[in-house]
Amino acid sequence: MDLQLLVDIFPQVVLDGIILGFMYALIALGYTMVYGVLEFINFAHSEIFIIGAFVGVELLLGLQSLGALDAVPWPLVLLLALLVGMAGSGLLAVTVERVAYRPLRSAPRLIPLISAIGVSFFLQDMIRLFESLWHNAFNLVYPTIDALNVRLELTRTIDVPVKSLVVILAALGMLGVLWVLVNRTKVGTAIRAVAEDQAAASLMGINVNRIISLTFLIGGAMGGAAGVLFGVQYGLINPYSGFIPGLKAFTAAVLGGIGNIPGAMLGGIVLGLLEAFAASYLSLLTGGAFGAEYKDIFAFSVLILILIFRPRGLLGEVVRGRA
Amino acid sequence: MIRKPVRLTLALLAVLALVALPAATKAQGSKGTLKIATQSPLSGGQAALGEGIKLGAQLAIEKFKGGLEKAGFKVDLVPFDDQAKPDVGVANAKNIIADKNILAVIGHLNSGVAIPSSEVYKEVNLAMISPANTNPTVTDRGYMNVNRVCGRDDVQGAVGSEFAHSTLKAKTAYIVHDKTTYGQGVAEFFKADAEKKGIKILGFEGTEEKSNFDPILTPVKAKGPGLIYFGGIYDQAAPFFKQASEKGIKARFLGPDGMDSSDLVKIAGKAVVGMYYTTAAGPVTVFPKAKEFSETFKKKFGKNPEPYAAEAYDATAIALKAIEAVAKSGKMPSREDVAVAIRKVKHGGITGEIEFDSKGDRKKALYFVMQVANADPQKWGDNKLVKQLTIAPPAVKK
Repeated sequence: MDLQLLVDIFPQVVLDGIILGFMYALIALGYTMVYGVLEFINFAHSEIFIIGAFVGVELLLGLQSLGALDAVPWPLVLLLALLVGMAGSGLLAVTVERVAYRPLRSAPRLIPLISAIGVSFFLQDMIRLFESLWHNAFNLVYPTIDALNVRLELTRTIDVPVKSLVVILAALGMLGVLWVLVNRTKVGTAIRAVAEDQAAASLMGINVNRIISLTFLIGGAMGGAAGVLFGVQYGLINPYSGFIPGLKAFTAAVLGGIGNIPGAMLGGIVLGLLEAFAASYLSLLTGGAFGAEYKDIFAFSVLILILIFRPRGLLGEVVRGRA
Repeated sequence: MIRKPVRLTLALLAVLALVALPAATKAQGSKGTLKIATQSPLSGGQAALGEGIKLGAQLAIEKFKGGLEKAGFKVDLVPFDDQAKPDVGVANAKNIIADKNILAVIGHLNSGVAIPSSEVYKEVNLAMISPANTNPTVTDRGYMNVNRVCGRDDVQGAVGSEFAHSTLKAKTAYIVHDKTTYGQGVAEFFKADAEKKGIKILGFEGTEEKSNFDPILTPVKAKGPGLIYFGGIYDQAAPFFKQASEKGIKARFLGPDGMDSSDLVKIAGKAVVGMYYTTAAGPVTVFPKAKEFSETFKKKFGKNPEPYAAEAYDATAIALKAIEAVAKSGKMPSREDVAVAIRKVKHGGITGEIEFDSKGDRKKALYFVMQVANADPQKWGDNKLVKQLTIAPPAVKK
């Protein structure tokens, strides 16, 4: 095997993995926050994520048809798309919680799970319906912003497009804000209190329903931001694009320890790196016997191994017993 | 473009027509209703091509049903949506064989769907004429009811590698495919023939990935191949080539007929302008007789015919011709008779002379090498014809 080649592409693969990982991390936060508070997996989150991408693309297409896309400086355009995407996904997540989960809150835990899967299918086909009505299209393409595609050449074999740096910076920024929000503010304390014990929290004067809505709002907004970044980074979205990244992000959340916010970030990055390494290196290392097509199998095998030896995930805490 | 509401209305009308059929039959066709089914993806990422197949068949029925109507039969089209999924195709196939009035199937778009579905048609010897399935297995099984008007991937793959070798002078190639029967199949034929011609294959990767090709492209870039071949369909190939070009990969791009849709440039834009693709479905512009078809199509449906619409038109015309030959006796034709009759039809279609050999391949199939000319999806029809070949299918290997 060509050792030089393996060494040459190493930094590029790490970079690819980190970008993918941050994307997973942002989506994983939605799963993990909801789980942390309600101990329930919101399977509709993958659609909430991709709806952020759709809201973003609608905005960009709208700006483009007005001719404003090139006139307005791109950081502003991107910021606007991110904010609109976050608002869209966040509000949708709150609505979904209100309509599909809150009436079932006292039901056995399996029931809201089924409801979540139903919402997931419903949303997929709603996007499909709306997109075909508005654009007569299945695949939607993010308008190209040339400034984002400029590649910064680091060495002969490694370069990074501006948009990937934007993804990393935006993700880091949002994760930072979230951390401060949850750990350093009164609202964050309330969220943690509700996660700890809903009954006790409500006795302390916390409006549990409002805090749960807020959790969905924050998780959904993170997902929406990830959606916009996903669209900007990879360019093409369709109503079903959210499913696989959503599943992987859920895996990342479990890998990091579900319910644990830094765990979701770590899990996302670990999974992103594993996937990038498997896709780039498997066929080089095995002489083509195992190709890039095995990347998911490889990534999930590692997940299984980690869960065998650390069932709580990398940073997970012991699950509290509930009365 | 047909707006979706119109299509929805059409679909509703179609459903109503189906419901109302028993009543209508008595009024119009005294001897009964003959139906031709289409099976192609009408929803999802490949709907553009699948829709073209349905509309092509619809035009053919409108044009050629006269003879059968005179003989006292009513002719109807029943479109099915196989969603490009094998399981859906097979489920539809079971519905199709249950409807005794369906005498022929025009479809599918995807070989991976056509092969299992045609096993179902075979149970009742229901004829299938494929406008688009290029995988060799489709006809190599030797079924009496399976035919195709398009070429084969073993030839198409070789046409691609021949072009890469002698025209593009490629010394090295990197191959990526989508792991479907069609995509992987044609990629393997390309690879085998390219190796024979001395092109060095730097990599052969399969992926189901639809959005993030970065990790796959990193080794491609490091190895710097002269040519990248993508065995697959445009909805996956377009983001792949777009990301390859954004990554600064300078290789030439080549693909099989799965690239042949205006959606390729709609998604990938400038990145694919100048790329080449081989196809077994020539653009309507290369067939002198297809001009009228193209104009009628545009007038009726408000858009240019997608690739394979003309092939679907010819396939449907052949099916009608065969049914007409069998129906001469005045009785309701049986499925088996129709299947046998199809093999005997000689049809001067809009895509040239069509005649089937003993296993259902077109006796002289056409292959083309095309170059993408413009980043505007509306101008997909302007793609440059680089090379045109007529090749007979390989002899039956037993």
